[in-house]
This record gives sequence, C-alpha cells and structure tokens, in this order.
Amino acid sequence: MSFLQVKNLYKKIGSNDVLKDINIELEKGGFLVLVGPSGCGKSTLLNAIAGLMPLTSGEISIDGQVINDLHPSKRDIAMVFQSYALYPNMTVEENIGFALEMRGVEKAARAAAIRNVAKTLQIEHLLDRRPSQLSGGQRQRVAMGRALVRQPRVFLFDEPLSNLDAKLRVEMRAEIKRLHHKTHATIIYVTHDQIEAMTLATKIVVLKEGVIQQVGTPAEIYNRPANLFVADFMGSPAMNMFKGSVVTTNGVREIEILDNNTRVAMPSSVADQDLPDGKEIILGLRPEGITDEGLVDPTVVSMAKIEADVTLVEPTGSDTFVIAKLDGTNFVGRVRADVSIAPDQRFTFVFNLDKAVLFDPSSGLRLV
Amino acid sequence: MSAATETVSGGSARTARIVIYALLLVLAAVYLLPLYVMLTTSLKPLDEIRAGDMLALPRQPSLASWYKAWGEACIGVTCEGIKGYFWNSIKMVVPAVAISTILGALNGYVLTKWRFPGHKLVFGLMLFACFIPFQAVLIPMARVLGIFGLANSTAGLIFVHVVYGLGFTTLFFRNYYEAFPDELVKAAMIDGAGFFKIFWRILLPNSGPIIVVTVIYQFTNIWNDFLFGVSFSSGGASPMTVALNNLVSSSTGVKEYNVDMAAAVFAALPTLLVYIVAGRYFVRGLMAGAVKG
Repeated sequence: MSFLQVKNLYKKIGSNDVLKDINIELEKGGFLVLVGPSGCGKSTLLNAIAGLMPLTSGEISIDGQVINDLHPSKRDIAMVFQSYALYPNMTVEENIGFALEMRGVEKAARAAAIRNVAKTLQIEHLLDRRPSQLSGGQRQRVAMGRALVRQPRVFLFDEPLSNLDAKLRVEMRAEIKRLHHKTHATIIYVTHDQIEAMTLATKIVVLKEGVIQQVGTPAEIYNRPANLFVADFMGSPAMNMFKGSVVTTNGVREIEILDNNTRVAMPSSVADQDLPDGKEIILGLRPEGITDEGLVDPTVVSMAKIEADVTLVEPTGSDTFVIAKLDGTNFVGRVRADVSIAPDQRFTFVFNLDKAVLFDPSSGLRLV
Repeated sequence: MSAATETVSGGSARTARIVIYALLLVLAAVYLLPLYVMLTTSLKPLDEIRAGDMLALPRQPSLASWYKAWGEACIGVTCEGIKGYFWNSIKMVVPAVAISTILGALNGYVLTKWRFPGHKLVFGLMLFACFIPFQAVLIPMARVLGIFGLANSTAGLIFVHVVYGLGFTTLFFRNYYEAFPDELVKAAMIDGAGFFKIFWRILLPNSGPIIVVTVIYQFTNIWNDFLFGVSFSSGGASPMTVALNNLVSSSTGVKEYNVDMAAAVFAALPTLLVYIVAGRYFVRGLMAGAVKG
C-alpha cells in the first residue's frame, strides 16, 4: 500500500473541470513532481492535498488514513509557498517556531527544534532578523525551515524556486535534493520547469488541462513519453518531430520520413510489428539523438546518416545545437562543440534510431 | 543661444515658483486665521476685546479665561465649566473608536479571507451605510436606544457611533486586507492557527497604517459630532460639542468672548493632538511598506 494516495479526484469550479479523474500513488520517502504548463491544475491539486480547497469528489489518503475532511492543520503536512509567505511581523525564529507554538510545544523544546533546523539550513545567524531584511535565497531557506521544523508526514512545495534568479535557483535545487536525500522526506513538488522536474523527482506526473498525461520516473518520461504533449513539454530544446509513414520493401519494414524518400529503420521502441503499410506516423527524436559522426554512441544498434542544410548554429559552450533544414522540415541536432560548422553549409547528421519513438498522429499517443 | 533660452526658461520657472509659494502662503494664512483669532481672543481680557481690533495681539495675555472655561463657566444652570463634558466626550470617543475599529478589522478580515456566498452583497450594503445621511437615522435610532434602555447615556452614544462608523471602518480594512497576501493566511492555517489566532497574530500586527488611518478618521468624526450628541443626550451627559454650544448660547449678562474661545480651543485640542501624534506613525507606516518592496 502506497504512503500517499489520490483516488479518482475531481475538482469543478463552476462548470469547469479543473481536475479530472486524478489518480496518484507515492511511496514513503518519494519525491513526486507535478509538472505542466500554467493553468494545467497542478497548483489546484497541491492545494487540494493541503486541504486549502475542497474537492468535488474523490479521496486523498496518507498512510492509509483518509484526510478528505481534515482541516489543513490536522493533516500533518507542511507547505512551502511560491511567495514564501513568511509572516512579516515576526522574526525568522518566530516564523520557524510559529507552527510549534500553535501546537502547544513548550518553549525550550521549541527553541531546540528551531536551532536544529537553522543549523541544517545554515541560517543560524539570521534568527533575529525579520523577513524584510533577508535576501531571496535566505527567505527561501527560512520558508523551508518553517516546513522542516514540524517533521510532517508530507512536504508540499508550490513552485518554490520560481522567484529566484537563475544561479540561485540551481543552487537551491541542489540544496532541496540534498535535503531530501538526507531526511528521506516524502515530498510533492509543483513546478512548470521541466528541468526542475527531471533533476529532483523520483516520480513525475505530467498534467495538461486537469488530466494526467503520464506518470513515471524521470527516465521513463524523458525516453518513453506517453504522447506528443509529454514529448514536446519535457526536454529542452524540444523533441524533433518528423512526419512520416510505414513502408515495406522486400519484406523489411521501414519508416519513410521527410519528402525525399529518406528511409530509416523501424525504431526498437516499437514492439508492434503489425503496423500496416502506409500508416501515417510521427517519428520523435531528441536533439541528442541527432549528432555529428564523431559523437555517435559506440553501442548504437540502428542509425541513419542524413545530410541537411544548416540554418543556425547555437554554441552553448559544452555542445553546439544546430538547427538544420531538410525538405522544409526544421530539426535540432546536438554536435560536439569543436566540430566546425556554419550556417548555409551541408552537414551529415547521424540519427540514432535506438532513441527514436513513434507516435500516432491522430491520437497523439506513442506507438509501442 | 542655448544659454539665452536657458536663462529665459530659468527665469520663468523662478517666477512660477514665487507665484506658487505666494499663493500657498496666502491660502495658509486664510486657513489659519480663525485659529489665530480663537487663540488670541482667548488670551485677551474682555476690555481688550471690546476695543474692537480682532487681529491685534493681546497686550496683557492671561490664561484666566482658560481656567474659567475649564472649571467655572456656566452651562445652563450649573456653573462648573466644561471639564465634565470634556470627560464625557473622552468616555464616549475612546470606546467608540476602539470598538468600531476592531469590528471593522474583523469585518474586513472575514470579507476578504473567509469569503462566503453573498459576501459582495454584504459588503455592498455596508458600503451603502456610509452614504446614509445622519438625519435619516435619528428617529429609528432614538427608538432603538429606547428599547435597549440606552437613551440619554454615554453607552447609547457609543452604540450609535459604533453602528454609524462600521461602514467606514469596514471599507478601510476590507480594501487593505484585499491586498494582503492570501498565502500568509493559508500558511498560518497549515501551521495550525485558527480564525482568531490568524487575525490577532498575522493580520492585525501587519495592519499598522490602516489602523492609524481608521483611528484618526473615527476619532475626528466622533469627537466633532454634534447632531448625535445633541439628539441622544441631554444635561450632564452631553458631549463636549453640545456643551460648547450651550456655553456660547447661555448668556449671563455680559458676553464673554474670551471664555467662549478658550472653551472652543479645548474642544479642538484632542483632534489636533491625535493628528500630531498619530499622523507621524501614519507616514512612517506608509514609508515602511514602500521601501520593503
């Protein structure tokens, strides 16, 4: 039995279905990331789990106990808000200790718990300050301290890093991961940033318009996206999509992509060998699956060399992203930084078909 | 060329400045003139006043008329000055301001953070209360006070002022709390604070500026109110404003302008004091909010 369970959850606001038939399970100590574009209902779901918003129907349970009708304070959860929501009239120490004070924890025990958390987060020197005297990163730490001090059963994070600048965000991301590793806390984390989702999660839930698109480990989500939406949303730059169709020549099934009769082998991700001839498909391949000849993975089983016209080169320092065009279709490849490549040049790319996935264009689902 | 245009524009800017300051000075003088006349007259002996020059400074200033106004002047048939009425007003204003401010804050809290179906209608009705003229509620209010047994008492006046002030104080606090982040309330809920704990520990400590605004507004209005005072109290229970009117209109032969003026100064003093003391906190509160970011 999983530690946290959401069953058949619906939420309607007016006649709008904000969340539709949400089913989630999370084991103790898991790190679940809810990810999706803005307005997909991920924050609503988090608020529902926190008890800050009533459900239309469905069930939420923690450790076997149904918590639907429990007041937020009785659910034994702690939440870190996007705005940090630190009480401006209290010092850092009072902020961290407020929940304990409300629960009637004695002063001495409270002080000890606050010291302990402050030490973990390295904010001991800030305890007497007020939130207005802290920097963004320090406020973030205090907000986490306020959640940690309670030792709740589940931590809820609502886009906690989105108010920080890029460098600090990466630092705090690592900090959260370290903290999770150290405390083995059960965490539900909402973000619209797919990199945060990939780096932090043990389990990712991708939401779109209130419907779960896919649940899986970061590797599953990334390598085996359930549909076109997930494939496009996760990963940056986005996955390349090539329209094509199935062709059989001399009994060998192949995929024809682009217009110039470029044929590639059937990707190994597709087990179904009964795809009819002429079936329209979309072939998805991530930028790192399209490389220069020098970067080809030596273990690759199936690949194709394809020449295309380079239109734009984007060096990132570690690698170079190349945008190329073939028969009116643009795609992005990732080549080594030291490959000499320039726009308007013809370049031979290697397509690693072990990493390719096929989608059904009408349903958008991945073909398996 | 450019230097020449600069001097011309510089000169015209200076002229504009001079005109503006002159105008402001004249208007300030006009505005302060009654206060000046009040103060100087209250310090003059009667024969100096009879000399007829209202704007002249007192030649032999004395506080005699202040003492008289405070402790000896005749109001109606009693000659004990205005001090009793001054305390009447204090006893009325302090609870009325405190109660209406607290209730307004609670209303604002509920109307923004604990919304219920129809909260807009309720707020609209409370807003409507701000626009009801005093005169319209006199007779129903007299009836209500009679039923409650509060007629002709300080408690009755407190009740009237609380009821009448509630619309304004609710408006002030609702608009202030509307901008107060909901996430703070949610965080406090998860932390285990209940309805009143959140109000006392989170909302109120962060309401400094709006409390000061409300207190200044309510204090000034209630202290200066004459209509409710004259309608719902009489004799020894009257507030200061009513007593001042009675003092001025009760004549015992000679018209003592200096005593009248001294009594008027007493009547104006508390509101002035509230502005001087609390006004500074008000500005400080605004600054804190502006710099915090």
